[in-house]
Amino acid sequence: MKKTTVIVGLGSCGIAAGAGKTFSEFQRIKGADKLDFELKKTSCVGMCFREPLVEIIDDSGTYLYGQVDPAKADEIIEKHIKNFSPIPEYIVHSEKFPSADQSFFEGQVKIALRNCGHMDPENIDEYESRNGYAAIRKIADNYLKPDQVIQMVIDSGLRGRGGGGFSTGMKWKFARNYDAPQKYVICNADEGDPGAFMDRSILEGDPHGVLEGMIICGYAIGASEGYIYCRAEYPLAIKRLNIAIEQARQKGYLGKNLFGIEHFNFDIKIKEGAGAFVCGEETALIASIEGRRGMPRRRPPFPAQSGLWNSPTNINNVETFVNIPWIIFTGPQAYAAMGTEKSKGTKVFALTGKIKHGGLVEVPMGISIKDIIYNLGGGIAGGKKFKAVQLGGPSGGCVPEYLSHTQVDYDSVNATGAIMGSGGMVVMDETTCVVDIARFFLDFTQKESCGKCTFCRIGTKRMLEILTRITEGEGHEGDIELLEELAHNIKDGSLCGLGQTAPNPVLTTIKYFRNEYEAHIRDKKCPALSCKKLLTYTVDQEKCTGCMSCTKGCTVDAIEGGKREPHFILQDICIKCGACYTKCKFGAIQLS
Amino acid sequence: MSTKQILEKFEPRRENLLMILHALQDNHPQHYLTEEALGETAKHLKLTKSSVYGVATYYSMFSLKPRGKFVIRVCVSAVCELMKGQEVIGHLENVLGIKSGETTPCGTFTLEIAECLGQCQEAPSMMINEKVFNHLDEQKIRKVITEYRKW
Repeated sequence: MKKTTVIVGLGSCGIAAGAGKTFSEFQRIKGADKLDFELKKTSCVGMCFREPLVEIIDDSGTYLYGQVDPAKADEIIEKHIKNFSPIPEYIVHSEKFPSADQSFFEGQVKIALRNCGHMDPENIDEYESRNGYAAIRKIADNYLKPDQVIQMVIDSGLRGRGGGGFSTGMKWKFARNYDAPQKYVICNADEGDPGAFMDRSILEGDPHGVLEGMIICGYAIGASEGYIYCRAEYPLAIKRLNIAIEQARQKGYLGKNLFGIEHFNFDIKIKEGAGAFVCGEETALIASIEGRRGMPRRRPPFPAQSGLWNSPTNINNVETFVNIPWIIFTGPQAYAAMGTEKSKGTKVFALTGKIKHGGLVEVPMGISIKDIIYNLGGGIAGGKKFKAVQLGGPSGGCVPEYLSHTQVDYDSVNATGAIMGSGGMVVMDETTCVVDIARFFLDFTQKESCGKCTFCRIGTKRMLEILTRITEGEGHEGDIELLEELAHNIKDGSLCGLGQTAPNPVLTTIKYFRNEYEAHIRDKKCPALSCKKLLTYTVDQEKCTGCMSCTKGCTVDAIEGGKREPHFILQDICIKCGACYTKCKFGAIQLS
Repeated sequence: MSTKQILEKFEPRRENLLMILHALQDNHPQHYLTEEALGETAKHLKLTKSSVYGVATYYSMFSLKPRGKFVIRVCVSAVCELMKGQEVIGHLENVLGIKSGETTPCGTFTLEIAECLGQCQEAPSMMINEKVFNHLDEQKIRKVITEYRKW
C-alpha cells in the first residue's frame, strides 16, 4: 500500500491565509498520534481564492482540500487519513468528487506553472524528479551547439512574457552575435504591475525552473554570469532563490565546466531592489544592479550590445525563463503547436478584482477574455454585472464588456488599445467607476516616474490633477480634450516604457467610456455610484429604525432625528464621507 | 553588529551599494540609515557621500528618518483600492493614532504607504516588516495590531 502524502501549500499567499498554522497542526497530530503519513510542503497552485490548500495523495487518488484551517485539518486527519473516508464538502478538486470550483482547472495548460504547487520548491531532488535539469542535460548529451539552442527557442515562437512581446530567440541571437570577453544574463524579477503576481508565484514555487532557464540562456549566448534582480517586496521568493542557488552549486549545476560541457561556466547572483517600479525597465534595472539610481537611459545601444557594465546582456522576465527548459526538453514544435499564428504557447494570467475565483491561470494563447473570466474565473463576484477588465496593469488599458470576445494574443489585445503586459487582469463590475480606476493607475505611474523626462514627470502630474478634479465634481468642459492632448504628448516625449504607456488607462477609458467622463463633468454624477463626492446620501424613512448608530458615526453632525425616530441628513452640512452608509445595519442609507 | 562589521561583509564594489544599504537599515533597531552609516558606506566604496545619499533617497524602501520596530506598509495601488483598500489606511490611522508616514510615540509602529505588494489575489494587503497580511478589514486590522502590540 502506498504511503499517504499530505502536501500543504506554503506560498506567501497561503502563509498569509494561515497555511503555516495548518502545516503545524498536521505536524503536531502526526507526532502525537504517531501517524504514518508523509508531510510535505509546496507552493501555490494558483487557486488563491481557496487558500490554505492541502493536497492528500493516497492509494485511492488525489484530493485537494480548500480553506483548511487547523480545525478542518483535525477533521481531515480523523476522517480521511485515519478512516480512508474523504470529506467531499471540503474538496475543491478531485477526479472522484466533482466540485463547483473544478472549472478553475478546466482548459488550463500548465507549462510555466508546471511545478508550482506540485513540488517542494526548497528541494532540488523533487525538481529533478519532474524532468528538472533534464533540458540542459539534453543539450549536453546531444552536443547541441548554442546556435541550435537559439534556433529551438526561435522555432518555439516564445515571445517576452514581461510585456514587451519581443521574440525571445531573436533577443538571444542578438546577444550571441556580439563578440565580447564577458556577457551577462539577467532575470527581471522586478514584477511591479498592480494586478500581476505570476512572477512571485513562479519564484516561490519553481525557483529551479528559473535557474535552469537562465543556465540554458547563458550557454546559448556565451555568458558566464547571471543576475536575478528581484524586488525586495518578495522576501519569500528571495529566500527560496537563495536556497535553490546554493543547492544547484552543491550539485555542480552552477559553477565551472557544467554538465560536462567544457569551458561552460555559469553562476548566478541575486540582487534585491528597494522599491522603485521603474527598475522593471531594462536600462533602469541595469543601473540599479550596478548600484546606481535606477533611471532609464536612451536606447540604442540596446542591452544586447551594451548592457551591464557595458557588456552584451540578455534580459528576460521570470515567466519567459521558466518556459525555456520545457521548450528545450519537450521540443519547440510542441510549444508552437499551441496558441495563435503570431502568439505561440501559453500565458499565465492573474485574475484579480471583482472576480469570483481570483488566482493564477495558465491558458493557451488565443482563448477569449470572456472564457477566462467566466469559465476559469467563475464570473463576477456577488452576482454583479461585468463592466470592463484592465489588461496589462498601469501600462495597459481597459477593455469593455462588449469586447470581451477578444482573444488573448499580443496583436488582438493591442488592437483594443490595451496591452498583454505581464498578464494582469483586473476585473471591474458595474459598481466600479472607470474614471476613478484610471485615476488610481495614473496615480501609481505618476508616483513611480523617476523624473528624468519632463513630460512624464510633470505631464502625468497635470493629468492626475485633472482626473482628481473630475472625480470630485470640479471638472469642466474641455477637460477630456486636454487629457487626450497631454496623453499624446507624454507618450511622444518620454524615454522609457513607463512614460510611453502611462496614459494608456486614461486613453482607453475615454475611448470606451467617454459618456462616464461626460456625466462626471457635465452632470456632476458618477454613473457607477462610486465617486463619493458626487453622491447624495439620504435616509430611507421606511427602513430607518432610529437606532442612532449613523448619528454617532457622523463626524460633522449632519444627521438629525431622535431615538426610534426616522433620521434625515442635512445636505448642506454632509461632507459625503460615507461613514453613515457603513454604520447602518438596516440598509437605510441610500446613495444617488 | 556595528556599521564597520556589516561593511566588511561586502566587497568594496559599487554594485553592492543597495545590498549594503539594506543590511545597514535592517540592522538598525529603528530601521533607518543614519548619516554616519551613509558616510561610512561612502568611504568603504570610495564614492562621494552625495552619490550614496542620492541612491539612498531614490529608492522608497530606504528611510533616512528613524522608524518603529514594526514598519507597516499598506498597498495603495489600483487593485487594493478597488477592493476597498482606501479604508485600510484610515482604520490603521485610527487604531494606531498616527497619520501615514508617522511613527507612534512609543516607537513601536511606523505607518507607510507602498506600491503594489504583489498580493492582488487577496486584496487589500499590507506587510508588517516581512510578513504579509491579506483580505484586510477593520476587524482583522484591529486583531493583527493587538497581536503585534504584545511583542
